[in-house]
Amino acid sequence: MTYLPSTTADPGTDMGPVAQVITPDGERVADATLEPWLHEVGDDVLVGLYRDMVRTRRLDREGVALQRQGQLGLWAPCEGQEAVQIGTARALRAADFVFPSYRESGVQLVRGATPTELIQVWRGEEQSMGDPFARRTAGPQIIIGAQTLHAVGYAMGIQRAEALGGVATDDVAVAYFGDGASSQGDVNEAMVFAASFGAPVVFVCSNNQWAISEPVRVQSRTPLAARAPAFGIPSLRVDGNDVLACFGAMRWALERARSGAGPAYIEAVTYRMGPHTTADDPTRYRDPAELERWRGRDPIARVHALLRARGALDDEAAADIAADADRLAADVREVCLSYRTRDPLTIFDEVYAEPHAALEAERRAYAAYLDGFEEGAS
Amino acid sequence: MTELTMAKALNAALGSALAEDPSVLIMGEDVGTLGGVFRITDGLLATHGAGRVIDTPLAESGIVGTAVGLAYRGFRPVVEIQFDGFVYPAFDQIVCQVAKLHYRTRGAVRMPLTVRIPWAGGVGAAEHHSESPEAYFVHTSGLRVVAVSNPSDAHFMLRQAIACDDPVVFFEPKRLYHVKGEVDLAAPLADAPPMGLARVVRPGRDATVVTYGAQVATALEAAEAAADDGVSLEVIDLRSLSPVDYDTIAASVRRTGRAVITHEAPGEAGVGAEVAAGITERCFHHLEAPPLRVTGHDIPYPPAKLERHHLPDLDRILDAVDRVLDRPHSLAGAAQ
Repeated sequence: MTYLPSTTADPGTDMGPVAQVITPDGERVADATLEPWLHEVGDDVLVGLYRDMVRTRRLDREGVALQRQGQLGLWAPCEGQEAVQIGTARALRAADFVFPSYRESGVQLVRGATPTELIQVWRGEEQSMGDPFARRTAGPQIIIGAQTLHAVGYAMGIQRAEALGGVATDDVAVAYFGDGASSQGDVNEAMVFAASFGAPVVFVCSNNQWAISEPVRVQSRTPLAARAPAFGIPSLRVDGNDVLACFGAMRWALERARSGAGPAYIEAVTYRMGPHTTADDPTRYRDPAELERWRGRDPIARVHALLRARGALDDEAAADIAADADRLAADVREVCLSYRTRDPLTIFDEVYAEPHAALEAERRAYAAYLDGFEEGAS
Repeated sequence: MTELTMAKALNAALGSALAEDPSVLIMGEDVGTLGGVFRITDGLLATHGAGRVIDTPLAESGIVGTAVGLAYRGFRPVVEIQFDGFVYPAFDQIVCQVAKLHYRTRGAVRMPLTVRIPWAGGVGAAEHHSESPEAYFVHTSGLRVVAVSNPSDAHFMLRQAIACDDPVVFFEPKRLYHVKGEVDLAAPLADAPPMGLARVVRPGRDATVVTYGAQVATALEAAEAAADDGVSLEVIDLRSLSPVDYDTIAASVRRTGRAVITHEAPGEAGVGAEVAAGITERCFHHLEAPPLRVTGHDIPYPPAKLERHHLPDLDRILDAVDRVLDRPHSLAGAAQ
C-alpha cells in the first residue's frame, strides 16, 4: 500500500477530528475514545481542574507583569494552554517523572512548585527550578526537544529499576514539548528509541500553532498526531483547550505505559494566546482575527460555563478560587521582589561533582580579586 | 602483569565495571551482538545481558540523550560513539545537557556518563573516521576530557572514568587498539595514578615535549632520535586534557626552559594553544624560547593517502625542537 503525502490535511487549527468532551460553549458531549477514561470523573474533580487552570492563568499574567516591570528577565506565557497542562499533569501520580519545556508553568504548579521555584529561573537567579527529584519534575528545558530523549532514557531506567536493587515499578516518564519541537531530530530520535525499547513514556505535544513566528503548517504537512503511528506509537489528537479531554487522553496514555504496552503520544491542539516569550511581538506575524477565533475557545471559560450550568460552582466558590489565585500571584510577587541574589563565588560551585584543581584555582583568584575591591572601598 | 592489546584492556575494564556496579550500562550502536566495530565490548552482552549492554538505534543524539535520562534514574551509562566524526550529532546533548545538568541543578542531578570515542587518524580510514574533536569538549566546562596512550592507562583510566561522578569524554586512539602493553589486571583501582595527572614518560633536560594519545609514541621516537644527536628531551603524556595537570608540565619546563607541544588535531584554538598559553603564564621567566606547537594542519582531515602529511611525525617534532633550542633547523635560511 502506498501512502501519499496529504495535500489537504491541515496540521494546524481546524483540521479533522479532534476529540472533545466539553464544547467551547460549556456543553458536555460524549467522545467514544475518551469516555471510558472519564466515566467516574465527577464535578469535584472538574472543579479542581478549573481551580488549577485559574491559578495557572493568574500566575502567568503575574509573570508577564513582573517581566514588564523589569523584575524578570523573561517570561514564556502559557495563556490559552492551561487545559493541556492541567488536564495531563493532574492525571499523573507523584512517582511519575516529568520532563517539561520552558512553557509548562501550569505543569510545574501542579507538580508542587513553590513561588520561589516558579520565579527563580526567569529572574536570572538560578538555571533550573531546583532539585528535580523533590517534585519528580525536571526544570524548564530551553533547548527545543532535548528533554524528550531524557524522558525516554528515564523510562528505560524504569524498565531496569530492579537492576538498582529496587522493585519493578509502573512509574511513567512524561515528555512535554511543542509543535515546533516536533521538527527537531531529538524528538524523532526519542520516538524511535521509545518504540524500539517499548519504554513507559508518554509524549505530550502541545500544538499551540506557532513556533515563534513559524506556523505549524511550515513544520508539517500532516497532523502531528499522525506521525506517531509511523514510529509504532499510538496517538490521540485531542482538543487541547478541553481540560477533560486532555485528562482522559492522559489517563489512556498513562495506563497504556503502566501496563507495559509501551509509549503513547498525545497531540493537544491548542493556541498560544500571547507572545512566544515577552521578547516577542506576535502582532508582526499573526492575524488578529485568528486570535479572536481562539478567544472563543477559551479553556477556562468553557469549564466555568459547564460547572455553572450544573450548579457545581456558585458565586462564592468562584470568588474563593479567584482569591486563591490572587494569593498565589501575590506570593510570587513578594518572593520576586524580596529575592536576594546569592554570593558571587557560588557561580563556581557544582560545575563538577568531584574536586577540579583548575577551577578551584580560578575561584581563589577571583575571590582575591573581589577582596581587593572591598579593601579599596573601605 | 598481563600483556594485552589496548582493545582487550578496555574490554576488561568494561567487564569489571559491569561486574562490580549494577548501575553501569553499556550503550551504543553495534555494542551488543557484534561486540562493537572495534570489538571493545566483545562478549559483554553474553555475560551481562541485553538489559545492560544495549544495542541502540543508529542515532547519536538519541544515544547520549537517553543516557542522560538513565543517569537521572541512577544509572552510570557508558556510551560508545562509533567513530570520532560521528560525535557531532550528539554534540548538543553532550555540551548543553551532560556537561551542565549538575551545575544547572546545583548538584541535585549527577551525570556520571562516560562517552567513549574511538579517535584520531593514521589508520587509513574514510572521511569522518579520523577526526580529533577533543578541543570542542575541552572548551566545555562541566566535562572532563581524557586521552589514553597505552593499554594500562586505557584499562585503569576507563574504570576511573566510569567511577567518576562527573561526565568524562574518553578518547581511545584507534591506531593503538592492537598495540600491546603490560596491564596489571589484579591491581586495585585505588593504586592507579589519578585520571587527572600527567605523566613524565621519558625524563630529559634540554626541552619538554608535551603530547597525548597516539602522538606519545611519536614523541618518544623523536626523543630517541634526538638523544642520538646529543639532545635530551623530556616527554610528558598529558593523559587528562581537561583539566590539564600544569603542576607536572610547569615543573618540567622550569627545568628545561623550552617546550614543544604536539598533537594530531589542527592547531588553531586547539589543546596545544591552551597548553602553550598555560606554560607561558606559569614559566615565562624560565623560558629560553617561545613554546612551539607541532600539530595537524588547519585543514579538514585529508584523504587517507595523504594523511601522513597531516599527522605530525618525528621529523616535524625534531624541527620544532631545533627551533626552541635555537639550533639549525629545516626552516633556517628560508625566505623571511
